[in-house]
Amino acid sequence: MTQIQGIAQPPATSAPPLEARGLTKHFPVHGRARGGRGRLRRPAATGLVHAVENVSLALAAARVTAVVGESGSGKSTLARMLARLIKPTSGTLLLDGSPVPTGGRGRRAYTRQVQLVLQDPFASLNPVHDVRYHLARPLQVHGLVEPGASLDEAVAGLLERVALAPADQFLRKYPHELSGGQRQRVAIARALAVRPRVLLADEPVSMLDVSIRLGVLNLLGDLRERERLAILYITHDIASARYLADTIVVMYAGQVVESGPAEAVTDRPEHPYTQLLLSAAPDPDRAGPSGRPALGSRGAPPSLVTPPPGCRFHPRCPHAMAICADAAPPKFDVADGHQSACWLHASDLDAAQASPIAARQAGQAPAQPPGQGEETP
Amino acid sequence: MSGGPLLEVSGLCADYGAGPDAVHAVVDADLVLHRGEVLGLAGESGSGKSTLAYAITRLLRPPGMITGGSVSYHREPGQAVDLLAADEGALRVLRWSEISVVMQSAMNALNPVLSIGSQLTDVLRAHRPTMGKAERRARAAELLAMVGIAADRLGSYQHELSGGMRQRVMIAMALALEPQIVIMDEPTTALDVVTQREILEELTALRERLGFAVLFITHDLSLLVEIADSIAVMYAGRLVERAGATELLRAPRHPYSLGLLSSFPALHGPRQHLTGIPGSPPDLRRLPAGCVFHPRCGYAMDRCRAEAPQLLRLAESDGVGQPRAVACWLQDGSTAAPPELSAPSLAGSQQ
Repeated sequence: MTQIQGIAQPPATSAPPLEARGLTKHFPVHGRARGGRGRLRRPAATGLVHAVENVSLALAAARVTAVVGESGSGKSTLARMLARLIKPTSGTLLLDGSPVPTGGRGRRAYTRQVQLVLQDPFASLNPVHDVRYHLARPLQVHGLVEPGASLDEAVAGLLERVALAPADQFLRKYPHELSGGQRQRVAIARALAVRPRVLLADEPVSMLDVSIRLGVLNLLGDLRERERLAILYITHDIASARYLADTIVVMYAGQVVESGPAEAVTDRPEHPYTQLLLSAAPDPDRAGPSGRPALGSRGAPPSLVTPPPGCRFHPRCPHAMAICADAAPPKFDVADGHQSACWLHASDLDAAQASPIAARQAGQAPAQPPGQGEETP
Repeated sequence: MSGGPLLEVSGLCADYGAGPDAVHAVVDADLVLHRGEVLGLAGESGSGKSTLAYAITRLLRPPGMITGGSVSYHREPGQAVDLLAADEGALRVLRWSEISVVMQSAMNALNPVLSIGSQLTDVLRAHRPTMGKAERRARAAELLAMVGIAADRLGSYQHELSGGMRQRVMIAMALALEPQIVIMDEPTTALDVVTQREILEELTALRERLGFAVLFITHDLSLLVEIADSIAVMYAGRLVERAGATELLRAPRHPYSLGLLSSFPALHGPRQHLTGIPGSPPDLRRLPAGCVFHPRCGYAMDRCRAEAPQLLRLAESDGVGQPRAVACWLQDGSTAAPPELSAPSLAGSQQ
């Protein structure tokens, strides 16, 4: 076990610690199970949920990349693919610029580098084990405790890194004895135990009380500075993404619609969907009868089994043009590092392509029977 | 705001369990809901906001029990009903037709094996026995249309509706008998931000049309500031501040309100480092002595550690016609409050 002791040195390349190219995930939809000769048989797939479609992103060291989107936009599926909990339908993952290792050994090496923190710290910690057990396990499994060194000291060091002090007060506590914020800190400490270089945080604060959310967000910010972690922050709260992230990626119906520097995306949103998200977010500064602009559009995200042709946002888009229903828009560079996938940025459309189509003012009912548009079957 | 108190809560206390181990979930709550007003009740989980709502409606289940105080409902000005003394029969008349509740999780509140049409007509069958079948059906369709759902959805089941539509059905049900008061317990918490905004807009429009008052419970103070007329902030079972929504946003008086308000990152302007509130909410079984907030308060003085402050009525208006109230020793005049807790009030002092 000696060869995997200590901290893996990052290779001397400028490649980002983790990069995804063209990640796609389709989940099969099965029809009603039918009994055949005394046992249930899983029927053939009758369709596909297009959960994530051709997403590329790079997580750079000492940067927080936020993925923002509504439920069903594919952001958690993306995180699970990045953590290699589910296998992408297509696309590649690059760790420090080279393809990820496969097989059991390769997988273990990968989890040394990339760790996932889940949304619900009430469910992600084992209620029958104390804090010490949760933090000692990864150290033991990955053989990270030097012979002769004290496991307790290593665990105490982990607690210190997530600002749970004094450590000996927490070592023997069980999850039910901790507050939500403390639990999430333990979950983060567990992820940090293997000294990963990439931390994937899937809605890490949405289950926490308002007054302690900032503490956990600030902790992630500190880890970015102190340990140069590449952090993926998945959230539905665009204001917190603006607060924490360096880069914001906006997802809609499984696709990236806009990406760029955090402040550029929130202060000068280019994609109509980002504009909709921002106009819907609670904003005390706009309180009062005159302050709030009307919602640009209504309705719900489309079915991912039969996504709309062309741009997936076009049925809700107030600016939809003829071309939007025909062809998916490419990514247009709108500013330095700021991209938006919207035909409005195209300068060479002819009159027929640019003729407006009336946006279907939904709000009443989704076009597809609901229940199909859920994230996973 | 059309004046007149509709619901008056004073000194309400609710416990879970009895004897020395009882947990005091709501302590000495004073609230007034006026006709046509949206009163926001803000607080974190465990602050007692839902318990307070259940106590008001007498829906609190054992081991929860009301241990003191009074709740009076003014159907007409001058005609008060004591809800805490009302028997089951009297409550049955009041519930739904006068006071209705929208529960947090529409997913669990709707019956999965009944169509939404039959659940809507069921309410009418129970409370409007004179209505005929066709009439009930027509009213149910009308209610759905009111919340923006096509009438052909009456035959749908809960699982066939999206989350936003389920919550709309819950709102339609709550409004079925045109109540005076609608209590909403985190009605939009589980929804996406766009759906949440749509529902809030609809709610505002319905309220303008039908004139009911709303007690809106949420942990999201930034949302409340937008939709409520006045706001009561709860912490560890106590009301710590009560003020008009704009007043609370611009000039908070309690350190906890100030901390909550600065826990929400801004959507525009320069990015600033925010600190939130240190520590975590207290365990109701082991409350600190003195002011319950003092271990997390940056302004705590010796007095805060020893003596619990009462809800003080301030000399200034809350901006919606009542004196503001705050439970903090910094505001009783004996010490000068720091500038961030004594920002000039918009409404000016009450003469």
